Amino acid sequence: MGGSLDTTDESRSTAGATTRSDHPVVVCLEDVTKIFEDAPAVDDLNLEIYDGEFFSLLGPSGCGKTTTLRMIGGFEEPTSGRILLGGREVTYLAPYHRDVNTVFQSYALFPHLNVFDNVAFGLRRKKLTKVEVARRVGSILEIVDLPHYEKRKASQLSGGQQQRVALARALVNEPTLLLLDEPMSALDAKLRRQMQIELKRIQSQVGITFLYVTHDQEEAMTMSDRLAVMRSGKIEGIGSPRDVYDSPSTEFVATFLGASNLLAGTLEAASGALSSVTLTDGTSLSVPHERVPALAGSTTLKVGVRPEKISIGVAGTSVPAGHNALRGRVRVSTFTGVGNQYLVDSVSGTELTVYAQNIGQELAPRSGDEVVLTWPIEHTFAVVPMTGSNDEESTNDEE
Amino acid sequence: MDESVLTDHPRRVTPRRRGGWGKRLAPYLLSLPAGLWLVLLFIVPLAVMLVQSLETCSPATGLCTMTWSWGELPHQVNLYHQQFITSLLFAAAATVIDLVIAFPIAYWIAFYGGHRKNFFLIMLLVPFFVSFVIRTIVWEFILSNNGIVLTFLTRNHLVPSGFHVLGTSYAVVAGLAYNYLPFTALPLYVAIERIDRRVLDAAHDLYANRTSAFRRVILPLAMPGIFAAFLLTFIPAFGDYLNQEILGGVSNTMIGTVIQNSFLVNFDYAGGASLSVVLLAVSLLGIWLYARLLGTSTINEYL
Repeated sequence: MGGSLDTTDESRSTAGATTRSDHPVVVCLEDVTKIFEDAPAVDDLNLEIYDGEFFSLLGPSGCGKTTTLRMIGGFEEPTSGRILLGGREVTYLAPYHRDVNTVFQSYALFPHLNVFDNVAFGLRRKKLTKVEVARRVGSILEIVDLPHYEKRKASQLSGGQQQRVALARALVNEPTLLLLDEPMSALDAKLRRQMQIELKRIQSQVGITFLYVTHDQEEAMTMSDRLAVMRSGKIEGIGSPRDVYDSPSTEFVATFLGASNLLAGTLEAASGALSSVTLTDGTSLSVPHERVPALAGSTTLKVGVRPEKISIGVAGTSVPAGHNALRGRVRVSTFTGVGNQYLVDSVSGTELTVYAQNIGQELAPRSGDEVVLTWPIEHTFAVVPMTGSNDEESTNDEE
Repeated sequence: MDESVLTDHPRRVTPRRRGGWGKRLAPYLLSLPAGLWLVLLFIVPLAVMLVQSLETCSPATGLCTMTWSWGELPHQVNLYHQQFITSLLFAAAATVIDLVIAFPIAYWIAFYGGHRKNFFLIMLLVPFFVSFVIRTIVWEFILSNNGIVLTFLTRNHLVPSGFHVLGTSYAVVAGLAYNYLPFTALPLYVAIERIDRRVLDAAHDLYANRTSAFRRVILPLAMPGIFAAFLLTFIPAFGDYLNQEILGGVSNTMIGTVIQNSFLVNFDYAGGASLSVVLLAVSLLGIWLYARLLGTSTINEYL
């Protein structure tokens, strides 16, 4: 455990949150498809997860993230495709032959066993000596902060404690990969925040690769080294939370991961590093060329900007160089303490949300004020307008 | 403020008291039918039996006199201890057979029955819509020397000539096992049905193969059901007389047959009652031992 601990700390400082592609691949999914009753739950999925990383699969319910996890765990067999674990193919291997452990959504602790026996279950199946079992169970219960709970039954523990036992029960086996299936969904908000921090601490302490499945975008962003946003069995965006947030690749990612202002427009000819998009009212906006997705023959797209990237000024304010600008009228202005939230009707007909931080500025625009919205061009992105029928999914993200 | 409290006081108390009485009586009123049933059909006969066991009957006249002694008891036990042992062995064998047969059935229905679980359970019970006696007599037909099974076997020379099943211990145990199968299957089904399937996933996740997951997770979690099934099968099978009467022979008489004969053929009420008391005591002892071995928590949880 000690050796892997060092490598994780090292990688965190050097690679930061961007990528670990220099690390060995722990899990590799090749063209994996899972069909349930004629409908694909996972659709031709390709994914690589690197050693020591905290990777999240994020998406609304029914997007295929849990099915993906269950296929890696061995609880479901893919309809087609291959799954490799540490370079070895495990596609049809039984779960008890895989070096993978799982923290189940409902924890699935053994109700007839106490905490010690629950945690020792895997080690005993691996025929470890009594002394070794006791030593490892003791040390993992220390790590999850549950010492002296050995003799308690699972039913005598609180939700948070049960989760720690489930975590210890899986981690004690020191698997190549730990699967976590929405482990926070049974906890209340406060405990959830606390466990998020705990989970990060434990992960860096044991140095095991985590694959975390969640529908909570905030949870995925705060915890992950990398994340993938899934919709209808496909990955729509993958990368570090910052990359996926700042440069969303699809309209779904832009709206599911945080909030986005999206303005429909037409792509004009590119000039140098910038592409120009004309909105319906004729306003022209610039988008960095590398952020314009490939448009299959069409020129319609949506230009996006995050609400916190926009500066709001009274009409007539001069637009700084390298900025996009859009005129509008404030419809609603809400003071939220840390700042102001504005709903602005733009001249292009789209309503924009703007978050302005409360840094003590005197002149906050009020409802009805004519304003000009400006933001740096590098914070502008473009996405292909969403087609498909799964729009309702984004609204029911609670299981 | 003081005034309002004073005026409120009586008004608040009266309706509360009425509600309290109603509420306090409700459980007793609701349990009245069951209570009456228990008293009339269980407590009273039990008391009668205990009183009768204290009498002594004359075999010649058939008249019984109260002697306030259990003098009859050791005599009867001495006379029929072989039949007690036979009953114990037969009931145990039938119970074990039933557990072995019923467990896979109950497991399959609970885990793989899907939305047709109730249908499968009813299919399991369909033979038992027919009377106990008729079912057992049908077995007599099936197992008789001219019945389908033996006719087939002897014609194909699979068994030596003169081979018979009826009248043997095997026939009695088979009859007992057949007749008490639902008493085993249903409690097992209820217990297995309650096992969270995800716990099985967790066992496989933690390196338990199918055998190991069954032994370490399914079996312990089904234990309350196994215990209930054991009690519900073993106890009636222990006192059963009909299977032995119809399917058995002279050499394998069970205690139930002896008791029945005491009451209905020999009119030896004291002797029959004494044997019944012993039967009851042995059954209770069995339950107590089993509870001590497996713990009473499983009973509390289940029965």
